[in-house]
Amino acid sequence: MTTATLAPESVGLTREEYEEIRRRLGRDPSPLELRMFGVMWSEHCGYKHSKLTLQLLPTDSPRLLQGPGENAGVLDIGGGWAVAFKMESHNHPSAVDPFNGAATGVGGIIRDILAMGARPIALVDSLRFGPLHETRSRRQAAGVIAGIAAYGNCVGIPTVAGELVTDPGYRGTPLVNVACVGLVRHRELARSRAAGPGNPVMLVGARTGRDGIGGAAFASEELDTASEREDRASVQIGDPFAGKLLIEATVDALRTGGVVAVQDLGAAGLTCASSEMAARGGVGMRLELELVPLREEEMRPDEILLSESQERMLLVVMPEAAERVASIYCRWGLRADVVGEVTGGPLLTVLRAGAPIVSLPPYALAEAPVYRPAAREPETLHARWAMPEVSQTDPAQALLALLAAPAVAVKRVAFEQYDHMVQVRTVVAPGAGDAAVLRLPELSPKGLALVCDGDGRLTSLDPYRGARRAVAEAAANLACVGATPLGLTDCLNFGSPENPEVFWTFRQAVTGIADACRAMKIPVVGGNVSFYNESPDGPVLPTPVITMVGVLEDVSSTCGAGFRRADDMIILIGKTDPDLAASFYVSAVHGMHAGRPADVDFDAHQRVLAVVRDAVARGWLSSAHDCSEGGAAIAVAECAALGGLGAEVILPAAPRADIALFGEAPSRFVLSLPEHRLRDFQALAAARSVPLTILGRIGGDRLRLAASTDHRWAIDLPLAEIAAAYDALSSIL
Amino acid sequence: MRFGVVIFPASNCDRDCVHVLRTVLGQEVEEVWHEEQSLDGLDAVVLPGGFAYGDYLRAGAVAARAPVMAAVRAFAQVGGPVLGICNGFQILLEAGMLPGAMLRNAVLRFRCTMVHVRVESTQTPFTRTLREGQVLQMPIAHGEGNYFAPGSLLSTIEEAGQIVLRYCDAGGRVNHGANPNGSVRNVAGVRNPAGNVVGLMPHPERASEDVLGSGDGRLLFESVIMWLETRKRSLVGA
Repeated sequence: MTTATLAPESVGLTREEYEEIRRRLGRDPSPLELRMFGVMWSEHCGYKHSKLTLQLLPTDSPRLLQGPGENAGVLDIGGGWAVAFKMESHNHPSAVDPFNGAATGVGGIIRDILAMGARPIALVDSLRFGPLHETRSRRQAAGVIAGIAAYGNCVGIPTVAGELVTDPGYRGTPLVNVACVGLVRHRELARSRAAGPGNPVMLVGARTGRDGIGGAAFASEELDTASEREDRASVQIGDPFAGKLLIEATVDALRTGGVVAVQDLGAAGLTCASSEMAARGGVGMRLELELVPLREEEMRPDEILLSESQERMLLVVMPEAAERVASIYCRWGLRADVVGEVTGGPLLTVLRAGAPIVSLPPYALAEAPVYRPAAREPETLHARWAMPEVSQTDPAQALLALLAAPAVAVKRVAFEQYDHMVQVRTVVAPGAGDAAVLRLPELSPKGLALVCDGDGRLTSLDPYRGARRAVAEAAANLACVGATPLGLTDCLNFGSPENPEVFWTFRQAVTGIADACRAMKIPVVGGNVSFYNESPDGPVLPTPVITMVGVLEDVSSTCGAGFRRADDMIILIGKTDPDLAASFYVSAVHGMHAGRPADVDFDAHQRVLAVVRDAVARGWLSSAHDCSEGGAAIAVAECAALGGLGAEVILPAAPRADIALFGEAPSRFVLSLPEHRLRDFQALAAARSVPLTILGRIGGDRLRLAASTDHRWAIDLPLAEIAAAYDALSSIL
Repeated sequence: MRFGVVIFPASNCDRDCVHVLRTVLGQEVEEVWHEEQSLDGLDAVVLPGGFAYGDYLRAGAVAARAPVMAAVRAFAQVGGPVLGICNGFQILLEAGMLPGAMLRNAVLRFRCTMVHVRVESTQTPFTRTLREGQVLQMPIAHGEGNYFAPGSLLSTIEEAGQIVLRYCDAGGRVNHGANPNGSVRNVAGVRNPAGNVVGLMPHPERASEDVLGSGDGRLLFESVIMWLETRKRSLVGA
């Protein structure tokens, strides 16, 4: 082994971190070891800037089977079944190579769920790009959607929910967050803790190549304009065919009962999987490089140990099960090679030609140092809370513009590219309701509801409130389909944590999520932090994304968002004090991110949600939709467009027509129901002191909205025009 | 009845077909591995949807040469009912067991959406209990479902009544607006001359339970079950 020194900076480490490595090892690391530290102690793998803050998030739940710290969180859903779920970002690779970056993001999160022993049953994606009239953003969006489709469709996991938001704040730094949900029997739950000295360690799936080397380190850097050319080699190429085989073979292999531990090979490849599995189990591990099946000749040890080749997993198996496990992978046309064994000693040892080239305590690699970064409130924050004078524009034109904005518009162009029906569980398809609903034949008539929500605009204006609003809205979306929140996973997308203003924003957002979750008793069972989303334009719009999973007692009583029947009554419930501050209207129509977002009153929020949930479960409602971007007018217009039915609606009076129409406030819903249900529903709302306003009736082929009671329609548009605006994305992407 | 559902590597609708046949319709189902050489003991065979062998080549091109396909061919030759759904249809085309070929969707994208189809031929075990002109609602989910046959072949199969389903609107009208993928003359499903081999792009297994939005697909499975029962009775009677 060469003793030539390698500067710590060349592997992304500081001098102080180098000294810490020396302290942990009691010697200088070899250049190979230093490279391994460089990747494992990158922000992407090591969470060194976020770890302490993440401890704020509540994880306790009576249903908790596995919290953060494993490949995914797991919650009990009764009947001996559990649901495993996690969300992850693949922002940097998707910026450089949208198709492959997104595809491998899907592959990676699927393997995390698989590593818990769960069969993946759904994908949820949350996407953010610059404005789509710009060629680069449009190309990124089209490429990412196609990449998600290519991988998810092939492996047969339906993509059932998602978001697509555009803002100049994502121009240089698109966000691609993908969540996967899986089902697992309690007794088949797998973990990644290596155990049992002498147990063989098997590398299964694809062979190891040179792709994606240093990907984790790359994901911890800021992107510059040359990245699209130069970093292409850091992006892995996915092989969904191998991914699908890996799912089936691993499900079969875990069922043998002979697998002690399993982990997916993602960032930092074999280095990360081996050191984390050994560290979690408090054991050592010995790997022999010659036993690793390679795709290319003459790969160097660091390339083998750090390769991020996709579709690989590391298994610790009982000796007597090794042959059986290998034959299962072989039947599926995959390799399964014993590459080492668990050892009793405290060391991770890598041998080449019988001689150790790496020998260090697994924890030293797996537990990166933890930092308390400096935090400072952004200087401009308070100034941005002042609301500038906003001129009133033609309400009809504003309505059409808001409906056509990607954040609001129907995402048909994306969902049609995703197979959202495979596995025959999809009861409420993407876009048809506020959340996707999957039936669970395993626990019939129960079902799961899935949704993701995040709002970079609100978070940039008030990170604490913006994050609380995201959690509140996810729960509101679940209530609309009749589901009770079970738990959530979050994906936290921010700029550089070394910038005190960014870090302050991050900490405020995490605190907001934590407080919202405590108020609603929803556990955070896992998640992902993506820092360094920076481009020459500056840091990304701070964007925490929440993926929330809910449970329905009976899927047959669920509810969509579109109007269903002419003559139904249209109701608004929740407090009616909408505001233009921080509204989507001010942002999308007037081009300003301004004003302080309203906070959520969680006591009131919980009561409104309970009313909506109860009414859905009792089958009283024809439709349910929460008021979010664009306020009550947009909510009504979406219900009309989705249902293909017109309506006449008079919104509660406000100081200005645009406030009544497009002003926003949390905890408001537009519902429709047959007139004979009205009295029962009013009683239900009154029992929980939830305000209720009758807005009007469904019918006709026009949408007419008034903002007061003077009987002048502020908006009077043919339904066809509403529908065309709502489907604007189909002609853009 | 005893159904076989063939599993190729990266078939992904195999479990859905098994679920519908076994749980919804109460049939016996055998999962048939792609290396299987014999289909003895089976009454009907389903080639499910998916991306067999990854479909990195033309969809179905590799699977058409899988060991099990010799057995499927032999099974069909003696009149056994074979249903290819989506990727299964593509495989039957590539295997030469059905006429025509698939092109990429005219939109050059994968499309997953609910469509209507009109029954054009009841001369197959899968449509015997339906009536000509009946409109069914089923989903499609494919990137290569743009059915094509050159003019002379198309005339031949149309005249022989080998078109089983065509895309149509909710009212049963076959028109351009109802064509989701550019298929020539809105063809959504075809049969062989004998009628026992049928391929279709829509997924009947995804439309076999009302909770999923449509129960129309179940009619195709019920039809073949009834056909098999009738055949069995007549054999016993003879």
